[in-house]
Amino acid sequence: MAEAMKMRATMEGNVADVKVLIQHPMDTGTMKDSKTDKLIPAFFINQVVATLNGKTVLEAQWGVGIAKNPFLGFRVNGAKSGDKVAVNAVDNLGNKYDGEVVVA
Amino acid sequence: MKRILTFIMAVLLLGCAQKGPTGSNSGPEADRDALINHYKQIFPDIKFEDYIYGALSMNPDAKGQYDDIMEFPPYSMDLDKGQKMWETPFKNGKQFSSCFPNGGKNVAGNYPKFDNAQNRVVTFENAINDCLKANGENELEYGDKEIGLLTAYAKSLSDGMKVNIKVEGAAALAAYEKGKEYYATRNGQLNFSCKSCHVQSAGKFIRSDQLSMMIGQASHWPEFRSGTDIVTLQGRFKQCEKNVRAKPKAANSEEYNNLEYYLTYMSNGLPMQTPVFRK
Amino acid sequence: MNQLRRSFLKSAGAIGSFTIIASILKPATAIAAAWNKLAFTSKEPADAISNAGYGGATESGDIMIKAPDIAENGAVVPVSATSNIPGTTSMAIFVEKNPAPLIADFKFSNGTEAYISTRVKMAKTSLVRVSVKANGKNYTNSREVKVTIGGCGG
Repeated sequence: MAEAMKMRATMEGNVADVKVLIQHPMDTGTMKDSKTDKLIPAFFINQVVATLNGKTVLEAQWGVGIAKNPFLGFRVNGAKSGDKVAVNAVDNLGNKYDGEVVVA
Repeated sequence: MKRILTFIMAVLLLGCAQKGPTGSNSGPEADRDALINHYKQIFPDIKFEDYIYGALSMNPDAKGQYDDIMEFPPYSMDLDKGQKMWETPFKNGKQFSSCFPNGGKNVAGNYPKFDNAQNRVVTFENAINDCLKANGENELEYGDKEIGLLTAYAKSLSDGMKVNIKVEGAAALAAYEKGKEYYATRNGQLNFSCKSCHVQSAGKFIRSDQLSMMIGQASHWPEFRSGTDIVTLQGRFKQCEKNVRAKPKAANSEEYNNLEYYLTYMSNGLPMQTPVFRK
Repeated sequence: MNQLRRSFLKSAGAIGSFTIIASILKPATAIAAAWNKLAFTSKEPADAISNAGYGGATESGDIMIKAPDIAENGAVVPVSATSNIPGTTSMAIFVEKNPAPLIADFKFSNGTEAYISTRVKMAKTSLVRVSVKANGKNYTNSREVKVTIGGCGG
């Protein structure tokens, strides 16, 4: 099964630069399926939490306006190589998407 | 005065190069040189190597978005699917890599090639399907999402390879000339040819889209358009034909294969990169 | 393995409230979270802004927004923002002319910089607004991004 989340984390001076990509349609609920002419229901990641070595560093609420296969970049001060960054996301149907990376 | 003379010379050269197939006395390389000169006139500040970026090379704001997105493209996981297809063994235990020299690395730049035995142009997708057939597997549908994902990964194994299309022998030249003629033939309700837009009007705008130059177009297909929709080169031919309100040909038709042969030759010398984001 | 639980977090002095409960490693059914539905479904930018708790904001050039002048494709517009205002604890992105202007709301903690990079959808030419909460006050900045109808999209 292809992974749902890819992550990269590299040190830039004292700051860990973290990049996350999640595979998700982020359907807005306002588009029609061209074949059935029916509305495609809203289906989107609405919450994301990022932790560094288990401590929360970022909490996000998302709406349908985030682009498909969402990208998120954030930076954590005071991190160091070897630290573990985890991202846990949930969509509006309760599906979970988890990823983890060691800071390079 | 000098500029006018240079312009006239460029037009004459281009005129000579674009003569009909029977009247042409310039080979493919002369055609390519003439086109390069043409684009150098229109885009004096764009380096030849940057022609692979097409309209992005003309607009830093657009190129900036491309660079941002390419840093971690939205299609990353889709590319993994292509990799899985490439690496999954056939029922007989062999893999795609066994059908190509070098395991498939640095080969895509040689396609399309002209096969004298079959007397036809052979595209990379043809080679993929030949491989499937030779190993007792079902062929993939041309222009379809599956073959798009597979070739998006397979061709990435040739990233950096310079496009290296050969036109050798009378039969190959005939196919090249057919592709060249198709390129220059007006079509559709809007009565445009590929040449109308991408040679004569390169750099100009159609509504808000800036027209890319023909040289450099074929080096980066398939593409993930809008970041997530896989489109093969011949899939794009269909879209462009529809845009001029012409009836598109089928993927893997003789017309499109010859067109791809001609078009890819014009990207000779430029480095491949597959897949890429385009809007 | 750690089991991490978040409890209610209220942002002080704001009209709306930002709450998030995330339970990692728990079975899917047990996740309870209060997604700010009111703010995310507000149709008017002013409502989205105030319902997200960013009303009454002072304009500030210390919020840097990086976004294109003209979006290549409104479905995927790279936007990044940095707040140089000391004490920034949260940041929200709005696309004012979108049917639902609130795009995302971020809360920074434990050393995370007031910086976000993401890609947004834009329905049409619009101000992209970034608002932040810092030391009990709201600040905002915006930048126009044009969205055009192409001629050659496939």
